[in-house]
Amino acid sequence: MNDDRPTIPDDRSQPEPGLTPDPAPSYREGDLIHTAPEFALADADVLAAQRGDIIAGTSLWRDAWRRLLKNRLAVFGMIVVAIIIVASLLGPFVIKKLTGMTPDFIPSSSAGLRSIPPFRAPDGSFSWTHPMGTDNQGRDLLARVLQGGQISLMVGIIATLVSLLIGVSYGATAGYLGGRIDNLMMRAVDVLYSLPYIIIVIVLLSVFRSQTARGQVILLFVALGSVSWLTMARIVRGQVLSLKNQEFVLAARATGVSTPRIIFRHIVPNTLGPVIVYATLTIPTVMLTEAFLSFLGFGVTPPLASWGTLATDGIQNIGIFPWQMVFPGVTMALTLFSLNFLGDGLRDALDPQGSRQ
Amino acid sequence: MSVLQERRMTSSNGNLLDVKNLRTYFDTEDGEVKAVDGISFQVQRGETLGIVGESGSGKSVTNLSIIRLIPEPPGRIVSGEVLFDGADILSLRESEVRKIRGCRIAMIFQDPMTSLNPFMKISRQMMEVTQLHLGHTKSQAYEHAIKMLETVGIPDARARADNYPHEFSGGMRQRVMIAMALSCEPELLIADEPTTALDVTIQAQILELIKKLKIATGASVILITHDLGVVAGMTDHLLVMYAGKVFEQAPTTELFAQPGNPYTRGLLRSVPDPLKEQGDLYQIPGLPPDVAHLPPGCPFAPRCDRAEDICKREFPPFVQLTSEHFSLCHFAKEVYEESRAEA
Repeated sequence: MNDDRPTIPDDRSQPEPGLTPDPAPSYREGDLIHTAPEFALADADVLAAQRGDIIAGTSLWRDAWRRLLKNRLAVFGMIVVAIIIVASLLGPFVIKKLTGMTPDFIPSSSAGLRSIPPFRAPDGSFSWTHPMGTDNQGRDLLARVLQGGQISLMVGIIATLVSLLIGVSYGATAGYLGGRIDNLMMRAVDVLYSLPYIIIVIVLLSVFRSQTARGQVILLFVALGSVSWLTMARIVRGQVLSLKNQEFVLAARATGVSTPRIIFRHIVPNTLGPVIVYATLTIPTVMLTEAFLSFLGFGVTPPLASWGTLATDGIQNIGIFPWQMVFPGVTMALTLFSLNFLGDGLRDALDPQGSRQ
Repeated sequence: MSVLQERRMTSSNGNLLDVKNLRTYFDTEDGEVKAVDGISFQVQRGETLGIVGESGSGKSVTNLSIIRLIPEPPGRIVSGEVLFDGADILSLRESEVRKIRGCRIAMIFQDPMTSLNPFMKISRQMMEVTQLHLGHTKSQAYEHAIKMLETVGIPDARARADNYPHEFSGGMRQRVMIAMALSCEPELLIADEPTTALDVTIQAQILELIKKLKIATGASVILITHDLGVVAGMTDHLLVMYAGKVFEQAPTTELFAQPGNPYTRGLLRSVPDPLKEQGDLYQIPGLPPDVAHLPPGCPFAPRCDRAEDICKREFPPFVQLTSEHFSLCHFAKEVYEESRAEA
């Protein structure tokens, strides 16, 4: 796996024929600094610069991106996630344009109250109107799955962002300050860890049960975010513990940079690799938890739907109308798989010394 | 820049830095480590002071103590005064010390590979300093950064300013560190083993650069090193440290010509002399002592070739040999005379 190693622009050591150093370097006479041996070094750098090697050098991110693209599963995951996101965002509008179906359109005809199988019209003939069939009340399942995707992805992403925000600041602060403060802060995390989080979420959701569907979704963000930051805080703290003793932190302190600035401008960006990976893997976890909560009836309330609520509705009739369960379930499973593949790929890409060797 | 010039004009001449009886201890599992134990020295305006010593002798801790960067805990500054331009840094508030750091006292660190933030562009790291201390706007700071990079001899500075540290070689990174340290025209530059991590030709360039910039800006320099060759051509005064104490203090030429301490003599003897065909290179026997468990007498006694009973029993006095030459030894005068006889 030689070509997997990060590339270091070392072309300076391989002079190319035909490229000789500029015989008359344009240094000013009486330049304060330049002494003879420096010219060699300076010319070597200028030479490389002229060829564009150094200027166009590879950044850490570009390197990681290149490695990510080599990982087929990760690319597959990335594409699937992208498709599902785009479909969830645009799908309902497109469906409305094409078939006139909206997620909560209940046909008032007498044929209602009967679930229609995929690609069938109410009378049983072939039809493009409902590619995934309808639910018990005759609502188009595809539209509902796509709209459910919006909610599920939103819950996953926003709860992860909440956990990022809390976890990173909390962990970085604890790790950097160290000593007694660190001890106190991390013991608090331990205590929260030891509580069964599902129960906390359920209690939170039922105590503050919101009257509106929107309010319930927001409550879901808060509840899931506030329990999922714990691991993030630990990961970030661990990173910061090793980073804070590095010389560049000392150098920053020696230039008079304030502590919050050191934590958030100098240290936190250095933890981004593991943080991104963990965040990517948190999204599916949160989505799964949301589905689980919705399954229990604590999650999203009608008329909004998430994959979890759709699956709950579907499971009641799984013997008679399997499509009601299968389509939301498969979509969610596919998304979770893809996000996990993507997360694993990111981990390998951002950590070249990782387990792949 | 007029503010800076004014600052320099108004402040009194003489001692820029006056360290008095500085003690920095670390609490470890082994007990209290007296990393720096009662050190006093002065640095005058425009002067270069060299601090020499083996690893673990307290050189770096001394200098981190000066700008209060000792990690607390486990470290703590037990006693002492650090008068910088008349004000005691150790009794200032943290926010006031922060205004001095990087602005009036700047530091260069040992390893240029790790002392730049790998996730920040060179320009941004440099801009941070002047935005913080000189109140520069973004564009001013950017232009200033490029000017400084040109000053330290980075070719094509404008293009390279937006590179990341990993795109620079070690010597170039140390130049960037120097440029950053000198951005605010500090009055005191502390260089903590600035050349240790570099190869010999780059070492010479970096030292030359520091020397020239020092002359150009009129800054005082504290140069920490374990390489006697480095300090010889660079410094006005020398401080030899061992086990957290100053063993000898003298003008550089005098110390090289006529050391008054067995430890210094040992150090000087262990520098290879290319003119003389030598057999095995001399080395001081033994290892530096465990600073957590120092013997009651002279800390160097177990390794000293002329140690006597008194050395193991009693802590040596700090003997004044000439007006500027001090040595921590029971036999300082004798060693001093011997050195003169040899020379």
